[in-house]
Amino acid sequence: MSTYAIQLKDASKHFGSVIAVDRVSLSIHDGEFFSLLGPSGCGKTTTLRLIAGFELPTQGDIYICGELQGETPPYRRPVNTVFQNYALFPHMTIFQNVAFGLEMQKVARAEIRQRVSEVLEMVRLPGMGGRKPSQLSGGQQQRVALARALVNRPRVLLLDEPLGALDLKLRKAMQLELKELQRRVGITFVYVTHDQEEALTMSDRIAVMQHGRVLQVGTPEQIYEQPASRFVADFIGETNFLEGQVKGRRGSEVAVVVDGVLTLHVPAERAVGMEDEVTVAIRPEKISLHAEPPDAQAVPGVVEEVIYTGTDTRYLIRLTGQTIVTVRQQNVAVGSSACFAPGTRLYLRWQPESARLLMA
Amino acid sequence: MRSNKRQAGKVQKRRRGRWLNRLLSLHGVLGYIFLYAPIVILVIFSFNASRFVSDWRGFTLQWYTRLFGNQAIGAALRNSLIVAGASTLISTVFGTMVALAMERYRFRGKMAFDALLYLPIIIPDISMAVMLLLFFVLAHWNLGLITIIISHVAFNISFVAVVVRARLAYFDISLEEAAQDLYANEWQTFRRVTLPLIMPGILGGALLAFTLSIDDFVITFFTAGPGSTTLPLRIYSMVKLGVTPEINALSSMMLLASMGLVFLSLMLQKGGKGGMDIV
Repeated sequence: MSTYAIQLKDASKHFGSVIAVDRVSLSIHDGEFFSLLGPSGCGKTTTLRLIAGFELPTQGDIYICGELQGETPPYRRPVNTVFQNYALFPHMTIFQNVAFGLEMQKVARAEIRQRVSEVLEMVRLPGMGGRKPSQLSGGQQQRVALARALVNRPRVLLLDEPLGALDLKLRKAMQLELKELQRRVGITFVYVTHDQEEALTMSDRIAVMQHGRVLQVGTPEQIYEQPASRFVADFIGETNFLEGQVKGRRGSEVAVVVDGVLTLHVPAERAVGMEDEVTVAIRPEKISLHAEPPDAQAVPGVVEEVIYTGTDTRYLIRLTGQTIVTVRQQNVAVGSSACFAPGTRLYLRWQPESARLLMA
Repeated sequence: MRSNKRQAGKVQKRRRGRWLNRLLSLHGVLGYIFLYAPIVILVIFSFNASRFVSDWRGFTLQWYTRLFGNQAIGAALRNSLIVAGASTLISTVFGTMVALAMERYRFRGKMAFDALLYLPIIIPDISMAVMLLLFFVLAHWNLGLITIIISHVAFNISFVAVVVRARLAYFDISLEEAAQDLYANEWQTFRRVTLPLIMPGILGGALLAFTLSIDDFVITFFTAGPGSTTLPLRIYSMVKLGVTPEINALSSMMLLASMGLVFLSLMLQKGGKGGMDIV
């Protein structure tokens, strides 16, 4: 008895000398929307293919619903996949495509008809059963791929960048639709994507991957607010990195000196020694700008450039000789854009806990 | 002013383009005449009432009726159909298997196999014919329909494999993965997904094999025995006594049959394309 839908224990996949997946351990809960996030070539798709059974791990074990998979072929695993390019059978109608899995499981004809029309209803494609995949739009094909997998009522649904081929507007709509669908059917989703915004929007938890390894697992908030490494902080959203040296300690905070002139006080969440090279990460939206110094913690700077982007205004502000940070301010009031002109001297302020201390 | 000049230049260019187009059309027409005039003449003279090709004495169907009455030709046609049918069937099955193996698997010596696969296509017919004859003699096999069929299979496998491979190159492997993901085992995946999708390629290969087999002279000539004369061999022995309108009639019939086959294969390819998402 296990509460995990999927478990990977030290799973690795080597292709010749290339290590695609490197000792990955993951525990995915039942009913969870779990994303594998990372740049292309990070091993996220290979990890998904290991779960589906299209690849067998070079080392390590994979459990689905508590059962060790070993060399179980894909057609005996209680998971279904939504492929990146949908992989709809072009010679079959939509009905035949969706019915394929049930037919292979020798479900009775009447029940097949019933379940196919139910699931086509669910993905909002009723009455499309007679068409061929080539007669549908990209978004519709995507729904058919989803229906073809969901009709089998799998314990776990694997999705390999299912929205990658859709245009931005449609993708946004489908994100919400998928999330809503997942909540309704209660199936565990394992979702592969390189789009950090997509992962943040949809997931219960995210595993960030790079070079075949899992760098951090956590909720979207944890991943965004408390990135464990420079790569995670950089890959998820936008971040300012200030490189410096630890020069002092005051209670739970350490003093980091940037470029030899600027001292920042950062909460020390990890053990650091004096003179250690560290990086301080601050999100652009966490910084506020002030014409007068609000307190002793504020950092002075000069506006280099102002970029208006509609919802926000981005300021590039030079702190010291080499260090420039980005600050993002929401344009709340009309005409508030460019309230600091280039060349203005001002002060930057952020909550101490907004700054993350990372190893350099 | 400037725009006027440009206009004039455009008109001139268009005029020159028109002339070039006409020359190009003429070239095309001449090319087709060169290709098809002999065939048209052949067909016309198969209806000639005169025995001689040199003069036209009015329309007749007598050469065709005589043709159907000719038992030697009937037997040759029967042999040709047996050889072509059997060799097509065998080489299509094996050629498809070879294509799948070459396209899907990595194995030791694959490069060598790959190169060897093209050998029967590029090797001169006469060399292949001599080799096969030598083989049958050394193996103490009596020459006859069986040896012809084996020889035809030997070269047809390559042609089928090449045609089927071309189709497989466009095959999206994730379709097979999708089938396996949907609980289809290897055999079900092949029968329900792979085979239907590469069928146009297989049929194309089969038709090519059939055409090559029914048409083959050199290899058949070397590997045929008594009583296994095929149509091309029969025609050759008839021509030795002079070209008769009867041969024209026979050739016209074969022309009609092969055109029918080509048309059929085009229709099949077209039918398959509707389902395939390839260019």
